Amino acid sequence: MANSSANRNRKKKMGKFKPKGRIANQSAINTVKAILPEILHRDMLIEYLHLIQDKFSHLSSDNLSALAFIMNLPLSEIWEVASFYDHFILVKDSQKPPPTRTIRICTSVTCSLFDTEKILESIAPNDNTKIRFIASPCLGACDKAPVAADGHFVIPNIDLKKLQKIEHSQAIQEKNKSDILENVLGLDSYIQSGGYEILRKLKNSKNSDEYDLALTQLEKSALKGLGGAGFPTGKKWRIVKQQKGPRLMAVNADEGEPGTFKDRHYLSTSPHQIIEGILIAALIVGISDCYLYVRDEYPEILFMLRIELQKLSTTDIADHTVIHLRRGAGAYICGEESAMIESIEGKRGLPRHRPPFVAESGIFGRPTLVNNVETLFWVPEILKFGTDWFNDLGTKLHPGHRTYSVSGRISNPGLVVASAGTTANELIEKCGGMSEGHIFKAYLPGGASGGILPANKADIALDFGGELAKYGCFVGSHAVVILSEEDNIWDIAKNLMNFFKHESCGQCTPCRVGTEKAVSIMDASHYQPKLLTEIASVMRDASICGLGQAASNPLSCAMRFFPEDCKHSFKTNLKKEENEGQLGETR
Amino acid sequence: MMDDKSVVIDEIIVFLNGEKIKAQVGQTIWQVAKQQNVEIPHLCYRNENSYRADGNCRACMVEIEGERTLAASCQRKITDGMVVNTESSRVRNSQKLIMELLLSDQPDRQNSHDHNSHFWKIAEISGLEKSRFPSKLGVAADNSHPAIAVNMDSCIQCGLCVRACREVQVNDVIGMAGRGADAHIVFDFNDEMGASTCVGCGECVQACPTGALLPKSLMDDSVMKLSVTPDKTVNSVCPYCGVGCQLSFQVKEDKIVSVESRNGPANLGRLCVKGRYGFDYIHNEQRLTQPLIRRSDVPKRNWQNFDPSNPLTHFREASWQEALDKAAESFIKAKNNFGSSSLSGFGSAKGTNEEAYIFQKLIRTGFQTNNVDHCTRLCHASSVAALLENIGSGAVTASFSQVEYSDSIIVIGANPAVNHPVAATFIKNAAQRGADLFVLDPRAQALDRYATKSLNFYPGSDVSLLNAILNVIIFEKLYDIEYVKNHTEGFEQLSETIKFYTPEAMSPICGIAAEDIRFVARKFSQANAGIIFWGMGISQHTHGTDNSRCLISLALLTGNIGKKGSGLHPLRGQNNVQGASDAGLIPMFLPDYQPVSDPQFRSKYEAIWQSPLPKEQGLTVVEITNAAFNGNIKAMYIMGENPAMSDPDQNHVRAALEKLDCLVVQDIFPTETAAFADVILPASAFPEKTGTVTNTDRRVQLGRQAVPPPGNAKQDYWIIQEIAKRMGLEWNYQHPKDIFSEMRIVMSSLNGITWERLESEGAVTYPCKDEFSDGQDLLFSDSFPTKSGLGKFTPAEFLPPAEEPDDDFPFILSTGRLLEHWHTGSMTRRSAVLDAIEPTAEIHINPENLRNIGGHAGTPLHISTRRGSITLAARLDPGLPEGMVFIPFCFKEASANLLTNSALDQFGKIPELKFSAAKIKVAE
Repeated sequence: MANSSANRNRKKKMGKFKPKGRIANQSAINTVKAILPEILHRDMLIEYLHLIQDKFSHLSSDNLSALAFIMNLPLSEIWEVASFYDHFILVKDSQKPPPTRTIRICTSVTCSLFDTEKILESIAPNDNTKIRFIASPCLGACDKAPVAADGHFVIPNIDLKKLQKIEHSQAIQEKNKSDILENVLGLDSYIQSGGYEILRKLKNSKNSDEYDLALTQLEKSALKGLGGAGFPTGKKWRIVKQQKGPRLMAVNADEGEPGTFKDRHYLSTSPHQIIEGILIAALIVGISDCYLYVRDEYPEILFMLRIELQKLSTTDIADHTVIHLRRGAGAYICGEESAMIESIEGKRGLPRHRPPFVAESGIFGRPTLVNNVETLFWVPEILKFGTDWFNDLGTKLHPGHRTYSVSGRISNPGLVVASAGTTANELIEKCGGMSEGHIFKAYLPGGASGGILPANKADIALDFGGELAKYGCFVGSHAVVILSEEDNIWDIAKNLMNFFKHESCGQCTPCRVGTEKAVSIMDASHYQPKLLTEIASVMRDASICGLGQAASNPLSCAMRFFPEDCKHSFKTNLKKEENEGQLGETR
Repeated sequence: MMDDKSVVIDEIIVFLNGEKIKAQVGQTIWQVAKQQNVEIPHLCYRNENSYRADGNCRACMVEIEGERTLAASCQRKITDGMVVNTESSRVRNSQKLIMELLLSDQPDRQNSHDHNSHFWKIAEISGLEKSRFPSKLGVAADNSHPAIAVNMDSCIQCGLCVRACREVQVNDVIGMAGRGADAHIVFDFNDEMGASTCVGCGECVQACPTGALLPKSLMDDSVMKLSVTPDKTVNSVCPYCGVGCQLSFQVKEDKIVSVESRNGPANLGRLCVKGRYGFDYIHNEQRLTQPLIRRSDVPKRNWQNFDPSNPLTHFREASWQEALDKAAESFIKAKNNFGSSSLSGFGSAKGTNEEAYIFQKLIRTGFQTNNVDHCTRLCHASSVAALLENIGSGAVTASFSQVEYSDSIIVIGANPAVNHPVAATFIKNAAQRGADLFVLDPRAQALDRYATKSLNFYPGSDVSLLNAILNVIIFEKLYDIEYVKNHTEGFEQLSETIKFYTPEAMSPICGIAAEDIRFVARKFSQANAGIIFWGMGISQHTHGTDNSRCLISLALLTGNIGKKGSGLHPLRGQNNVQGASDAGLIPMFLPDYQPVSDPQFRSKYEAIWQSPLPKEQGLTVVEITNAAFNGNIKAMYIMGENPAMSDPDQNHVRAALEKLDCLVVQDIFPTETAAFADVILPASAFPEKTGTVTNTDRRVQLGRQAVPPPGNAKQDYWIIQEIAKRMGLEWNYQHPKDIFSEMRIVMSSLNGITWERLESEGAVTYPCKDEFSDGQDLLFSDSFPTKSGLGKFTPAEFLPPAEEPDDDFPFILSTGRLLEHWHTGSMTRRSAVLDAIEPTAEIHINPENLRNIGGHAGTPLHISTRRGSITLAARLDPGLPEGMVFIPFCFKEASANLLTNSALDQFGKIPELKFSAAKIKVAE
């Protein structure tokens, strides 16, 4: 009895000759130290992981132990953060690192219409030691679908041949970088065109009445949170302003909603208009530090922003606050504001519970203003041209205007800036109609989570709430994906559920287990609408954040509006199985 | 009154399932429901103060009127007028489906690792046995840890183990890696638990609701299922360190099969690896179960081939009658032939207060000598000397729990994460909350991660560093002027001495940059509440008393005594070192620190004990050994101590033991000391007896007997009494509580603490006003128990260690403990789990030093000092500064105390165990 547990361990009396666990080796410590800045901050962990991976193409356990040692952090904290983000490649001990070059092929909804899954299937097995081909969630370039990305630099309009003869990474990078620099409205040009005037006026006023006037203007305008939640912007600013300082700000440039590419456009072309929006917010709300969180999928934007922010820092334009540029690492969930805040703090991107709301307790527990890129883009113009100007761009029922990202089976996919409440039918028309040979069948009104509606409901105004909500749908980030008779809606729903399974943070049961079970039930041999409906309902009711609550929308819509597609899919499945069964017998 | 008032203010109204309820601001829905006996299922929530509600499992969702989605009741705080429904079908369906989703990936209940787990109980309440959802592939078991079975196929990602590891015990080993359906629990870098930095505290096992983490000791042979169901639970106290964690022994058929923590005032439900998994030593086959008498044909010089598994090569079995007679006769003989001063006794800080009390009473009244001491001499004797000298009391001025209210914490010469692991968790909690933590120690340690600053000063340079800190505080006028004026004396002399100790002058001596010294001095002195913890790194020096004097001066200067969150806290090592000292197990004091040299006190005790008392101060531990070596001590009674392992310069100690005419050893194992015995008396282990122990906080706690002693082993108080009777003393204690009653008559420190009270409350801190009051956590708010009522500054001058490194012996050797091994290892090395984690003797050495002498991890190294040499494997330890090595003294196969220096601190008579000059080479 006394020794039974010792016997169980069946280990010889053998010392480990070192303290418990891994200890960092000195050469790795030296290597990592050489890459890192001298003064380290805990919240910069993700940036440091990037620095190491940028240098070595992966994160070895040796370098990670060294990082833990240098940062005085527990090993587990480093590992859990690094393993949360899709872009980090963790290589443990003697494991062989993957090829240094990774090409990601987008398999999200729009690109999947162009058979990217098949392209990946055909090219991935031919994988050589130099390139790793893997699937990627939406790269935010749906107007150029199908797309891939090399080291996150987008390669537009791919096909198998193009990928087989792919040029050097360097060339792709250079092209994307020079393109953006060519097309961007840089600091000088922006100033010449009257940029930063509104900010300057406000700053010069040195009068809080002026600030309040501007804030009132925003409150009167129809400007709403264009990241997808649609919360009135002016009201949000007011709430944060009323909190006890120091107050912080997070700018959400983690555009990841499949089908959405508007923020990429505004960031690429007019960064200073957005920055002016940020600086106005900082001034009016009284923000000490702004964190601009840009998704890792937009490397040329990060490249350009570093240059432009550097230029800005030589002026006095931004001297009333500090702008920190932060780089995501491949996690859709970090588009959710509180998950983004966690990520800014250098942690795993887990959404927080509300209450407290981030306006009360956000980054580092401080009151935090969170705005989307496009929202801020409109701020200087509203203050310049007035509330009426902005509101009148829309209709009485749907004031203001919006940027719709239109993609899919459409002649001219791209951005449409139009009145709030524009319908899908109108958008199709504005984009030159359906792609040749395609008949309009259905559309996603708001990216992956906004649901799926049939063509006969394409006259619904696409705006926050309203009629869309009646069908359990929402407009979200205004990403409208057009589908045709070629497309099986069950497959679309499956694609989207897979996306959510991949992007769920895993924190709460309904979303973590629900998405996984939903995918396997959707992949099963027979149609199980009852089980799926139950999962959908618990996800909607009991998930912590919007991702989980909305993840079942497309599934529910597919079952509601396209029952034939659902059943049909299983018939084919069954047939397949039957065939396979027969083959099995003849063998 | 104040409390009543605030309750009224904070009360709000909520509606729970239609019922109007008064509740308090800050409560969660779950808590309010619980009060109303509305049970809401929960998995990731643990209804314990230390655990933050995380609201991730979603098993406790409820409906709140006006909200679109359901809310997690464990996490959501109530607001005034909130309308909550916990019973609607929407709620029920949601709760049930959550359980069904989780259940789908679980092993079947009949095959599950713990079919009675909290998870399965909740599933049962929901009426679920199976899931309709497809299950995903399970995860392989990880059995790498000696005590804990890891079966992540049962994991529900609730993260309770993560919170246990990171927020409660703050060991930071467990994390949640990956994301989505791939979210999984990891140890470090997804390493096996046994290969990770896990310290085996078992908090995660206690927290896990599913059986994914289970104690191996309760599992079947395949380590797949819980199979052992205890038949009784006995509430007691941990037998290891001075923290005094309350626990319960789980007993089956008179064997302890596992340990569970209890919510004691010191530990709040926490335990460390020793307390939780180190219980099986008492069932070790080497237990002494029969009295033994030395064989006449085996001389004591043959001790080297003594094998504790087979003591009969050196001893023969005897009856209790024979053994006790022989022991008593030998003592009487020595007394008659050589006088009382030729006798001595070592009691033990591992025994109970009652045992310590009657042991010293036997030595003083039966042996008629004050030659009685115990391991406090190797421990905090110097601290006690300094404390008595300057503040009139040798105990801590504040419990370590006060750290909860501190905003600045100094830990110096202590490694609490290893030696007081549960106390360390509270220090880490405080640092996580934002308190400044300063760790001052030559070696790096686990607390450093949470420290505002760590000062790794040169070994032995304590006084120079501390004086420099005092210098900054005095000369930058950072001290508490009012406090110094009203509560202290000797400030002028202190300033006078200290003025030469500028940080700049001391920096080269202590190896700490002057600016860092200033930083710590400024921060600590400006804190609202500062607390100072210290350990053997302060006390075990020839200048140990000086070290403590500096710390006392630091606390007095900054006014950090007697207020919330502040104080002086020497972390006491043994579970009952405080109590044993209080009970008079020291040569200069009668119980309650009453000097033996004072006739007034002596006569008080003479009246009560009805015996004359010797007036000469007795000898201390090392002095007794020296006297034995010189032939002045002839007979010794050693109860539960192991000087052949624990005392410095062991060749000398062993030679001394060999010379004794009579050595009676009372212990639970045939220890290294027992090898020299004439009579060995088999005693009882802590879980085999009832009695009180006093922890480092002055908390008197009740240990209860859980199992009977094995074979013919007897309760210690019975053995001591039997010897006393044979020496003509008329004792008649029927139960330890009889002894406790007598102690209450002589010891005013036990005022208000009755046996009955301990039985019902489990713990009472002294001093305690009366039976109806709580004990005092904080002492000396108004005045000190000194003649003047003031605290005294006693300046200390810097003196180098007794034996400095030189060309022949260039290394500094320090000794101490390991987390897993207690003291000389006699208990822990006989615990299967603890010995499996740290099985071999190793010398801890800096990688650079190791490389320079041509070794690598595991290389056998030969280390020698002027007193002896040993060979043991090298442990690569970047935490050690260059030029310093560390050896734990628990390994008898390479006993560190063969090397240590017995030079003494002149006040506390404590040997310099922390500093010897040594040379090291790769063993041939």
